[in-house]
Amino acid sequence: MSGPQPGQHSADRPDNPLDDALGKADPEVEPGLVEELEQEKAREEAKAVDETGDRWRDAFRQIVSGSWAVALGAILLAVLAGSILIVLTDEAVQESAGYFFARPQDTLKAVGEAIGGAYSALFRGAVYNYQADSFAAGIRSLTQTLTNATPLIAAGLGVALAFRAGLFNIGGQGQMLMAAVGAGWVGFGVTGLPIPLHLLLAMVAGMLAAALWAGIAGALKAFTGAHEVIVTIMLNWIAYYLLSFFLATPGLMQAPGSANPRTPPIAESAQLPPLLGERYPLHWGFVLALLAVAYVWWLLNRASLGFSYRAVGENPRAARVAGIDVKWSTVSVMLIAGALVGLAGVTQVLGTATTGFGEGIDAGIGFDAITVALLGGSQPVGVLFAGLLFGAFKAGGSAMQAAEGIPIEIVLVVQSLIVLFIAAPPLVRAIFRLPQPARRTTTRRKSSSTKEATA
Amino acid sequence: MKLELRGITKRFGALVANDHIDLVVEPGEIHCLLGENGAGKSTLMNVLYGLYDADEGQILLDDEVQSFDGPGDAMAAGIGMVHQHFMLVPVFSVAENVMLGHESTRGAGVLDLAGARRTVRETADRFGFHVDPDALVEDLPVGVQQRVEIIKALSRDAQVLVFDEPTAVLTPQETDELMAIMRQLRDDGAAIVFITHKLREVRAVADRITVVRHGKVVGEAAPTATDAELASLMVGRAVELTVHKEAPQHRDNALEVAGLTVANADGQVVVDDISFTVRGGEVLVVAGVQGNGQTELTEALLGLQEDVAGSVRLDDRELVGRSVRQILSAGVGFVPEDRNTDGLVGEFSIAENLILDRTDGPPFVRAGSLQLARRDEFAQEKVDEFDVRTQGIGLPVGGLSGGNQQKVVLAREMSRDLRLLVAAQPTRGVDVGSIEFIHQRIIETRDQGLPVIVVSTELDEAVALGDRIMVMYRGKVVGIVPATTPRDVLGLMMAGVAPESEGEAA
Amino acid sequence: MSAPVTRPAPVPAQETGARTIDKVSWKSPIALGAVLVLYVLLMALAPHEGSARFALSTSRDFFQIPVFVVPAMTTAWLGAGVGLLVTGAAVLAARARRRVPLWWISVYAVFLLTGFLAWAAAGSPRDLSVVGLLSGAVVLAVPIVYGSLSGVIGERAGVINIAIEAQLLAGAFSAAVVASLTDSPWAGLLAAMVAGMLVALVLGIFAITYRVVQIIVGVVLNVLVIGLTSFFYSQVLVPNTEMLNATTRFPRLPIPFLDRIPVVGPVLFNQTILAYLMFVIVGVVWFALYRTRWGLRVRAVGEHPKAADTVGINVLATRYRAVLIGGTLAGMGGAFYTVVSINQFGREMTAGAGFIALAAMIFGKWDPVRAALAGLLFGFATNLQNVLSVVGSPVPSQFMLMLPYVVTLFAVAGLVGRSQPPAANGQAYVKE
Repeated sequence: MSGPQPGQHSADRPDNPLDDALGKADPEVEPGLVEELEQEKAREEAKAVDETGDRWRDAFRQIVSGSWAVALGAILLAVLAGSILIVLTDEAVQESAGYFFARPQDTLKAVGEAIGGAYSALFRGAVYNYQADSFAAGIRSLTQTLTNATPLIAAGLGVALAFRAGLFNIGGQGQMLMAAVGAGWVGFGVTGLPIPLHLLLAMVAGMLAAALWAGIAGALKAFTGAHEVIVTIMLNWIAYYLLSFFLATPGLMQAPGSANPRTPPIAESAQLPPLLGERYPLHWGFVLALLAVAYVWWLLNRASLGFSYRAVGENPRAARVAGIDVKWSTVSVMLIAGALVGLAGVTQVLGTATTGFGEGIDAGIGFDAITVALLGGSQPVGVLFAGLLFGAFKAGGSAMQAAEGIPIEIVLVVQSLIVLFIAAPPLVRAIFRLPQPARRTTTRRKSSSTKEATA
Repeated sequence: MKLELRGITKRFGALVANDHIDLVVEPGEIHCLLGENGAGKSTLMNVLYGLYDADEGQILLDDEVQSFDGPGDAMAAGIGMVHQHFMLVPVFSVAENVMLGHESTRGAGVLDLAGARRTVRETADRFGFHVDPDALVEDLPVGVQQRVEIIKALSRDAQVLVFDEPTAVLTPQETDELMAIMRQLRDDGAAIVFITHKLREVRAVADRITVVRHGKVVGEAAPTATDAELASLMVGRAVELTVHKEAPQHRDNALEVAGLTVANADGQVVVDDISFTVRGGEVLVVAGVQGNGQTELTEALLGLQEDVAGSVRLDDRELVGRSVRQILSAGVGFVPEDRNTDGLVGEFSIAENLILDRTDGPPFVRAGSLQLARRDEFAQEKVDEFDVRTQGIGLPVGGLSGGNQQKVVLAREMSRDLRLLVAAQPTRGVDVGSIEFIHQRIIETRDQGLPVIVVSTELDEAVALGDRIMVMYRGKVVGIVPATTPRDVLGLMMAGVAPESEGEAA
Repeated sequence: MSAPVTRPAPVPAQETGARTIDKVSWKSPIALGAVLVLYVLLMALAPHEGSARFALSTSRDFFQIPVFVVPAMTTAWLGAGVGLLVTGAAVLAARARRRVPLWWISVYAVFLLTGFLAWAAAGSPRDLSVVGLLSGAVVLAVPIVYGSLSGVIGERAGVINIAIEAQLLAGAFSAAVVASLTDSPWAGLLAAMVAGMLVALVLGIFAITYRVVQIIVGVVLNVLVIGLTSFFYSQVLVPNTEMLNATTRFPRLPIPFLDRIPVVGPVLFNQTILAYLMFVIVGVVWFALYRTRWGLRVRAVGEHPKAADTVGINVLATRYRAVLIGGTLAGMGGAFYTVVSINQFGREMTAGAGFIALAAMIFGKWDPVRAALAGLLFGFATNLQNVLSVVGSPVPSQFMLMLPYVVTLFAVAGLVGRSQPPAANGQAYVKE
């Protein structure tokens, strides 16, 4: 459905009048003209850039093409908006604003205190708690950030990989829940296995369950044409109610002797061991997430399978003509993406929430993963950094809530604003008065996608 | 109404698409705008229609200077356009399409559909053809859709009518009918601009001819000018598009197609019981007006169509029912009709596109990993061999010109171990230099002893390239004739009239 | 899902109209058969003897219809029998390359449903209130129908609206605050409309002006609005519940006489103003889309924006208008939560209704009337769970709650035939 969009080819290059010309020329009407322009442009571009070969071209490239300046601007804008929310709802500010014209300095002081308090709490929660007694205690915040980032990175990779193959995987939540079912069941239900084997089995069970769950969406897309966005949304809800049924049913996943919809704790032998000792929350799941980053990088940039995924994502028709099995690609990429999201669920169940879990085990990570993937430009390394940033937001947000009473939902607001701004570089550039690069709106693509849509 | 363009200049960056163009079209005349693809004809008309802003120059109607902010203004001033790609909403009825944008209402915005139906009927009656106002546009044949476009323009009292390459999708018969309509419109006093690059049509219908080349008016001509005169004006040099080739040396290997039938997703039979044989060492050109099943035929050969019955045997191996991958491995080289949608991944580099269909094993893939050094070495070699003009194999293929893109496709397809080459519209949207190169490579492939199928909608190309010509009409084969068959016979065949004696010589 | 072509019968070559062959589609029989197998397994493995009591009347009706008492398993197996007949007929139809008519599927659904209800209510001393089931379905369908209309109008103009959930939630929040402050549900409704429109405006700015991929904008907007409303809820509403989060609700407005017709009366004529408005608006939207200049232009812009542009229609403005109107309607649906259903706002209280609305739109093939019917169907499925828990159903509630989503999954996978979205749906328009 969402055909390839006119690409913004040179978002971070200086103005090029040829881009503008190409944007205006319509290849349907005037193929010759467009060709001449493109030749001209290719000649010029060859001087300016040497490596654009591996760039990803599809609907989501608007996100990718945002330069670092835009990303930074977007983060600044979003944080600014968050600050305004904090200030507006701060009681001291509201009180002093009542007599603003009598003593404006009071209001300004209250504003300063609200923002200062919020951000110092954020820093203490996310990076280093300078109020702690020792370095070892202070740095615990950073390990909390890394712990939070672990599932965000893994699930972000799952969403990003699907993006690159032209699929929008909104099903992170459902896939994580199914991973929790698989990993949890093996984690507390199976006993008597030696340590590495039990852990391994639980991980495989979780990732497999998530892979199959995502595979349903892939298969329905491939064989019936059902749109993956709708299917994955529906699968989220089905997984949610399925898990909630398991949790509420004694003998399935409910902790014995309890009436709460919660599982028993995970057996020691199936837990991911701590990475830096018992005193820190960080567990080996983080290393697994880093390995996943490396794997996805290899898959996309070096593997023939990833090459065919990217071809399908960029231009499914050309991929089909080149003998690539588009249907199988759709199914298999969803299987892999599901397994990656499943890794996020597995690290949650076996690493973070080892005392048992309820139906909220996904903790919104499935949706956060979408924003992580978008912010990371659907590049594995980008996803790593985006995951770290959002992990820090999460850790800091909890500290803010605890110390300053600011609801943690502020993190959702800031995250979503970041992605919105990053998706619209011209807006950010206009606000910061950055130079606007000339648009390249190649209508060649538009004509092909209309053709697809009407076919 | 008299139309006058004065000194229209339109620049796209450094490129001047229209360079001080002057044009006067009197009421009651058909004025032909003749020029090659990319000469700037359509840019000029888009300026006239308010789609582009001219950098310099004026548009005058009955000697009054106009300023158009968009197509709405141009239409209000009395300019109507019959677009090359019809601007019709496929799921709307004829009446809805005609009224769109200037809907008459019965108050409170409620559509007056009865009035619109009346308009359609009255206008159609005036020209003696029948169009059902309630038919959905998507169900109509292209020729009728074009009439809807004409009715749309006339229903707004257009007095200047622009026909942009209107005959590209028509059969010779339909073309004649269109010309009759144009003459009638002229006799009613309309000023008509007829944009085309087909010389025959120009001489048949034009009252005056203006030739444009590289964005400039290069001359005017009378309808009595010869083809050669017009052609040399248009291209700027003497043109001779013949392909030098020897008589075919037939071999024993062959592609045999028997009873091939293809249905599209809606269950329509688009290729209807086709049988033919192509021997090694000969070129069979599949000719016909676009949309008569040629596309589906070639796609069926490659295994891209879902509903296929019949048999396709290449060197005695059945291809129907096999996957695209298997058919490629069986040695079928395929140059798709639309290289942008089917042949290339625009954002991928030239090197990546050159190995697009070779990702299933050595030499470019080992143990699931791409062999990048191998790939680049191969790409450099092919870029040199096929004379692809580029600054580097790492550049995105989307930035190349049409001709160079097509060479990339050819290079990829021809560097595999082939047993059959299928090239659909291999020279569409390609510059003259590349056309010659591509034709030559196709003939070389033939002379290596391979069966070659070329699909072409241009009679000139069909005659130049083919050893035999198979004409398709509505999914059926009208006949298979030698390339020496007279053009008027071929033209009739393209309209579905079978030749008197079928020259089947397989 | 289509079999290869067989040799077509020779047809005299006609000048007009291409020859067609009908294709075999096994989707319908497979789906019908799958559901039937599940049903039969349930009945066979967990039989429920006894009788089921269906109540069709309420005490206010003009005349009373006695309570239907049916033997549960007989009814259940009767349903299975009819289901088998329809499935068999569907197989035959598929082999004869004919479409399975919609009314067959309706008969199948009604019989299986009745059998299921009889089975579920068997042995319960309490009556299963059919009226309660249906009228509750209408109530629960209100936000879904409004939301799906928002989707229909936006997508008909070519803008994908995944942000229905955000529009509902923003509407619910604003309605709660304004209705509490003013003590007027009408003011709350108005505020909800404005809020829904504002969300739509943001969608428009990013999707139409900045041409950000529309699905992304929608998904992100949902997160943004969840974040904003939850933030303000915790930070502002909770400390000031009495002033800011305690609304006066719309009362039920029984229509005199009509509301006393048995079954129909309580279901259709004893609702709140928001439900009556819903029926009117569905009709208005249908008329506006298909019979007015505005609708013609909206549809043209969604199908072929360039064609619309070349006849002088402002594509972007038309899209903006459509998206804003849609947002306003979804906002009205959001008001349901805080000035009809209950009298206060709660965190993420729309609980995915926006996605159900999206599903209803697809189910309804982008047509306002069909989308509204689909919305009613989802309302019914949701209410079924409520009613069954009253009579003490043996089916775990989670499975009943899952039902609408499973049904949607079957629907998008092709049970109801191909849903063809507007051709230019989701494509940003670049004016030259």
